Amino acid sequence: MTEFNLGEEIVFWGSGGLAVLGALGMILSKKAVHSALWVALTMINLAILYIANSAPFLGMVQIIVYTGAVMMLFLFVLMVVGVDSSDSLIETLKGQRLVAIVLALGLTILLIAGVGAGMTDVVPVGLDEANGVDGGNVEGIARLLFTDYLVAFEVTSVLLITAALGAMVLTHRERWLPRASQEELSKARFLGPGHPGNLPSSGTYARHNAVDTPALLPDGSSSDLSIPGPLVARGDVRPIDHHDVEEIESLGGGSK
Amino acid sequence: MTGSQFGVFGVDPWWLVLLKVLVIFVMLVLLTLFTIWWERRVVSRMQNRIGPNRVGPFGLLQSLMDGFKLALKEEIIPKAAHLGVYWIAPVISATAAFLAFAVIPFGPTVSVFGVETPLQLTDFPVSVLYVLAIASIGIYGIVLAGWSSGSTYPLLGGLRSSAQMISYEIAMGLSFVAVFLYAGSMSTSEIISAQEPIWFAVILLPSFLIYVTSMVGETNRAPFDLPEAEGELVGGFHTEYSSLKFALFFLAEYINMVTVSALATTLFLGGWLAPWPLSLWESANSGWWPLLWWLVKVQIFIFIFIWLRGTLPRLRYDQFMKFGWKVLIPASITWIMVVAAARVLRNDIALSNRELLIIGAVVIAVLLLGSWFAQVVIDRRETARKLALEEIENRPYDPLAGGFPIPPMPGQQAVLTSRRTASQVVQQEALDG
Repeated sequence: MTEFNLGEEIVFWGSGGLAVLGALGMILSKKAVHSALWVALTMINLAILYIANSAPFLGMVQIIVYTGAVMMLFLFVLMVVGVDSSDSLIETLKGQRLVAIVLALGLTILLIAGVGAGMTDVVPVGLDEANGVDGGNVEGIARLLFTDYLVAFEVTSVLLITAALGAMVLTHRERWLPRASQEELSKARFLGPGHPGNLPSSGTYARHNAVDTPALLPDGSSSDLSIPGPLVARGDVRPIDHHDVEEIESLGGGSK
Repeated sequence: MTGSQFGVFGVDPWWLVLLKVLVIFVMLVLLTLFTIWWERRVVSRMQNRIGPNRVGPFGLLQSLMDGFKLALKEEIIPKAAHLGVYWIAPVISATAAFLAFAVIPFGPTVSVFGVETPLQLTDFPVSVLYVLAIASIGIYGIVLAGWSSGSTYPLLGGLRSSAQMISYEIAMGLSFVAVFLYAGSMSTSEIISAQEPIWFAVILLPSFLIYVTSMVGETNRAPFDLPEAEGELVGGFHTEYSSLKFALFFLAEYINMVTVSALATTLFLGGWLAPWPLSLWESANSGWWPLLWWLVKVQIFIFIFIWLRGTLPRLRYDQFMKFGWKVLIPASITWIMVVAAARVLRNDIALSNRELLIIGAVVIAVLLLGSWFAQVVIDRRETARKLALEEIENRPYDPLAGGFPIPPMPGQQAVLTSRRTASQVVQQEALDG
């Protein structure tokens, strides 16, 4: 086996340990958002391990795609669904536990077989040899993706486009009428019966700013638009104090 | 990373690496303080005010004093906050903002205390992707701040902000592709050396424009500052933050502004390369001078940020998202297609410039004809649809068409039923009598 230097040891045990910690935290935390955050930690640490293994492109794409896009979408859904909603423990899929156990076993066998074969049967060419063919790690991945694995690459993109199309079909809504443009909306607002903008707020230029104090207009009269209708109906509107109006006028230099 | 082209990186002695890290950290903090002051002064001029001019010469120490005040303020933590996440969110934001600067080149190889070293912390074959990756981690800070505050406005602001940043990150990433194609590399130092005769902002102008637009969206700055639209969302994701934690978000926002400006300089304006009249001077691109050119270019972008803020009103959220997804992204993809096709024709099929221009002219002519034809078809459909609508509107409304009760179609007027009319008559009589 190859020798490790101190730096490699620190990176491996640090990042590897944090990745395992993240995986455990994901399973053990009670809140769905916390689980999602633990997974993000695991993914970032995996990316660090990839980069340490001279696969910088894979590491960066791992962060951009998985941490930045996939986990972010999960977080979005979890947050929109509700901060305090807890998962229902009633299983709606029949026999899912059995299927899950069988699949997990199958995956374990596959992994052991794959890794085992990789450790014993395959003779590694070495990093310099593998990267040297095309002049670099990124160039090598690019050549493989667009020559030998082109079909797999395109099939994956077809899968993604199909999923996007499905989402669009599910959220599609047939319009009866064309969408009103901004011009039409503003015309309707100004030509319509209502007040076109925000109503004046209560208490403007008046002595108090409580809701029952009408705003004063420049001529000293009060604005009916500034007080809520129910208060008017109940007779709860505070009358204008004419001493106040006179005082304000005297402050303004008596200009009328 | 021991590839031959990256030989100058990763060989610095440990003290030099520490020194570079320290210098970058201090420079970013100072640039933030300066940018806040600069922004306040410039916006003031644009609004016929004077701006901060009391603390220090020209008011330069104003933001430092504001920083002290902010740090000494009382910290208010909402009761409903999820404490752990609430603590870590501003830390993620600020850390990510600092990290992105590790791959930005400030200048060529210089001599520091007798050691020849490039003015850049590090570089590797995918360093532009590294900036994107770090930016996507920075978004976590904002989303988590919104969620963990346990309050409605921050949650909405956080969701809005991250949706915006993710959408504009796509357009931003696509605008890089043409640069990668021309530079043949994703490393920042090689992209700069690929711009030696002519900057990418000139030959890849559409990419440059798309990047400049999306960088404003990515940093949540005016006119794209919808996450902090105070009329609808109070302060957005940081509404419930105060004191030092708020200061960290503030710091992150301004550092991100500097980062995207530095990235724009690196990818499109030739980084530290001297601009044209200066580049005639032989030693303009060596020694410490390039640091100055770099700083001036970055400051120009920051001035544009401020200018936009002083000039444009805030966009409506749906229009903003529509612009990102339906204009910027398709435009980027089309432009990448054009660039890739032109490069293949030039390099692999070895067409001359003249032939390339003829092909371009033919393509444009076909597109123009096609768009004219499409417009004719669309107009015809539109008139047919309008006629059909008018026909529906003029058709009398039959509430029991086909034997089933149906609602009025758009444009049709519902008729009052006899019962409704009768009750209204009674009401009217009661009012009159």
